[in-house]
Amino acid sequence: MSTSAMTGSPPRTEPAQDPPPPRDIPSGRRTWRQALRRDWQVYSLALLPILFFLVFRYLPMIGNVIAFRRFQPGGSILGEDWVGLRYVDMFLSDPAFWQVFRNTLWMGFLTLLFCFPVPIVLALLLNEVRRTALKRFVQSVSYLPHFLSIVIVAGITMQILASDGPVNHVLATFGHDPIRFIQEPEWFRTIYVGSEVWQTAGWGTILYLAALSTIDDDLYEAARIDGANRWQQTWHVTLPGIRPTMMTLLILNIGTFMAVGFEKIMLLYNPLTYPTADVVSTYLYRTGIESNSFSYAAAIGLFEAVIGLVLITSANQMSRKTVGTSLW
Amino acid sequence: MNRPTRGYRVFQGVNGVILTLVVVVTLYPFVNIVARSFSGERQIRAGEVTLWPKGFNLTTYRIVFGDGAFWRSYGNTVLYTVVSTIVAMTLTTIYAYVLSKKDLRGRGALIGIAVFTMFFSGGLIPNYVLITSLGMKNSIWAIALPNAISVFNLLVMKAFFENMPAELEEAAQIDGLSTYGILWRIVLPLSKAVIATMLLFYTVSFWNSWFSAFLYMDRTELMPATVYLRNLIAGATTGSNAGAGTDQLSQAAANIQSVTIVLTALPILAVYPFVQRYFVSGVMLGAVKG
Repeated sequence: MSTSAMTGSPPRTEPAQDPPPPRDIPSGRRTWRQALRRDWQVYSLALLPILFFLVFRYLPMIGNVIAFRRFQPGGSILGEDWVGLRYVDMFLSDPAFWQVFRNTLWMGFLTLLFCFPVPIVLALLLNEVRRTALKRFVQSVSYLPHFLSIVIVAGITMQILASDGPVNHVLATFGHDPIRFIQEPEWFRTIYVGSEVWQTAGWGTILYLAALSTIDDDLYEAARIDGANRWQQTWHVTLPGIRPTMMTLLILNIGTFMAVGFEKIMLLYNPLTYPTADVVSTYLYRTGIESNSFSYAAAIGLFEAVIGLVLITSANQMSRKTVGTSLW
Repeated sequence: MNRPTRGYRVFQGVNGVILTLVVVVTLYPFVNIVARSFSGERQIRAGEVTLWPKGFNLTTYRIVFGDGAFWRSYGNTVLYTVVSTIVAMTLTTIYAYVLSKKDLRGRGALIGIAVFTMFFSGGLIPNYVLITSLGMKNSIWAIALPNAISVFNLLVMKAFFENMPAELEEAAQIDGLSTYGILWRIVLPLSKAVIATMLLFYTVSFWNSWFSAFLYMDRTELMPATVYLRNLIAGATTGSNAGAGTDQLSQAAANIQSVTIVLTALPILAVYPFVQRYFVSGVMLGAVKG
């Protein structure tokens, strides 16, 4: 605070009898009563936002208890009576659940394998472009898919892969029969990961490019003097320079491992591709909202969330131990 | 400057080719969709449309423009986007302002309440149960209220407010302005840059969203354009109309899909060249401060 020089001795008198306390008492020394008296208008502004967080963010967290309680549609959102682990047992012995669980792991793994490194490579390549206009143009174009609705991305994906679309057109010129990509389970993962890379690669480069621009030029100079060629400079200076960014994004990616592109899968899959496309979140959507088994689906959702939590915490721990970067 | 080596020049060439490929691969799907939307059905079915429209015609545009359901969904999108953005901007701005008060008692807790929700959320089912029991189904509030504060946007705005010179507010306070007056007459007029950026973030995200409407809007006359488009796509994927006799019809449907995709993306594509740098700087700010 710029006025803190004025703070001689804070008034020690009875707070209730104080005149409005001087503005410059550090908040640590102000009592709640003083703070409320002085800042009640500020606190009043916070009321609606806090109400928002309590109702739409925290109440649903508590609402997860219906995973252990019988829930009646139209009844209390916290369920009617305790049933213990009944719903957990139910999905653990449900073969359909294990199938979607396997699919989720597959899809999460493939997404991580492809969507994580592509932005890094792209950023490194962009970083080598000396002409700013060209660099900016490539960047602007590569961000574009990020700004489109996922519905549009799904629509475009399907049109491109349609039996009369460009991909089949190319296949036809090689004398290949058209493939009905969208109906074939063995193609789903490729399509999903491919469209994901297409949509996210460019946008993902932003943070890496920012990290690259902060690397000290002297480091390159020193490496050159030591006789490092371009590749060695990349390996020994550039990559270590963006390592904290890489680790942070890797942890975040691992944290969303279980929640694989739920919305996009919803848009791209169909009963024919369920064998490979159906993941935990789409399965719980169908059981919960389409079949009204709210408690059962809530139990699955809780299970999914716990795995996600375990993943992100262990990734964070590992990162802190090995490279010294962590989210918290 | 030291001279680039021969190997590096080769690399530059290869790099140029790779980046050109990236541009082509990114843009080609758009070009193809636009070309399809202007093409004749026969030419599309023969797989002839690649870069340019073949058998140029505006029939499909005429069909879509003449379709009341499409316009209604488009109108819904506009309405939902405007209302949701107003609600979101209001709540985000006032909370960001509160959080930017560095000497506010309990500020840490107020920030914590928000940031915690970035890492933990209730999940689909409890949210659905909540919205349904609040009786918000088939109402615009099911879309506007549950998404009213994006914590990411909140942190960006908070960072902006924190960087404002404190003397301005102090002077205004001495002149007798209340907190509300300071926010309204001093802070907001000076924050046009961040307000414009946040407006943009929210508008684009509400324009693009489909899932909350899909979940909570049962009646077709309440669908936004994204859900309208989704239903077109879903009709095409389930193969329900892929029978031989309805080939003509499904072909027309594919054509209508292209037109709908183009029209739904159009507002975004139109403003994109002007706004993308704001997004980029917003993301950087959020990443640094968040």
